[in-house]
Amino acid sequence: MKRLLLILCLLASPLMAVEPDEVLDDPVLEERARAISADVRCVVCQNEPIDSSNAGVARDLRMIIRERLVAGDTDQEVFDFLVLRYGDYVLFNPPWKPSTYALWLGPFVILFGGFACVVVALMRRRTPVAVPLSAEDEARLDAMREGKK
Amino acid sequence: MNRLIFALPLVVAALIGAFALWGLSGGRDPNAIPSALISKPVPDFELPPIEGVASPGLKTADLQGQGLTLVNVFASWCGPCRAEHPVLTRLAREEDVRLVAINYKDKPEAAAAWLEELGNPYERIGSDYSGRAGIEWGVTGVPETFIIDANGLVVHRFPGPVVGDGLRRFQEALDQARSAQ
Repeated sequence: MKRLLLILCLLASPLMAVEPDEVLDDPVLEERARAISADVRCVVCQNEPIDSSNAGVARDLRMIIRERLVAGDTDQEVFDFLVLRYGDYVLFNPPWKPSTYALWLGPFVILFGGFACVVVALMRRRTPVAVPLSAEDEARLDAMREGKK
Repeated sequence: MNRLIFALPLVVAALIGAFALWGLSGGRDPNAIPSALISKPVPDFELPPIEGVASPGLKTADLQGQGLTLVNVFASWCGPCRAEHPVLTRLAREEDVRLVAINYKDKPEAAAAWLEELGNPYERIGSDYSGRAGIEWGVTGVPETFIIDANGLVVHRFPGPVVGDGLRRFQEALDQARSAQ
């Protein structure tokens, strides 16, 4: 009995937020709907995509995304529809615009800044500073050489 | 110059500290969602009245050119709505504003009983059983209250109950909206 339960547990698929009545008959549209909902943030449980959220609003948004797709909207039109109502906040991929330049470019600035620092440090280390001997030192060196002979 | 480089970690740490201090001060709420509707016209929607309640339904045209209006999104199943109900009733009576409502995802009989028990301060109530109008409004949860100006533009969105500190902030927003008229 225990073994049977264990096997059943293993066979059970992970719990999905998307409920059976939401799923579209057209597998292509359903695939697109899933891809879109994975990129849309739930406004209630804020770090979860609506695709895996059990919140009521998330379910409503999933249904609306599917309705729009069935009505013939492109993916972009669906995203625009959501952004119009909830703002850029619902996008997990923030758009490229002046207020997000720092967000998109910051990491690269830090990366290349760090890279430049490393390059400079390495270059300093590799070029030994050759200071020519003064005439006085030359003379002393000569004297030492003379002395050894 | 070479000596100065040793101060660099300290400077960086101070900068990060200053940023954290800025982020933690001034009542900033990192969970607050900026509303996409601010300064935009009221979204298109049309809601029927709640069955068994005298207030008529609510649609976009009811919010255009009607003076300063508060749109309260409430539900009988929502605890904080009960808490803010007397405050909204008082605002509707004492302040020079209209108070209308969207009854969000609520059974008509439950909503009617709730209004029967607590009183109905709303001039109009739209019954949004499916929650679709809520999505047009960008509602994330109940209660939520919007301030609409005389031109039918959304000037403020207030998520959460209008009580305590929330009431103070809401009153500020309301006064601001009124002086902007």
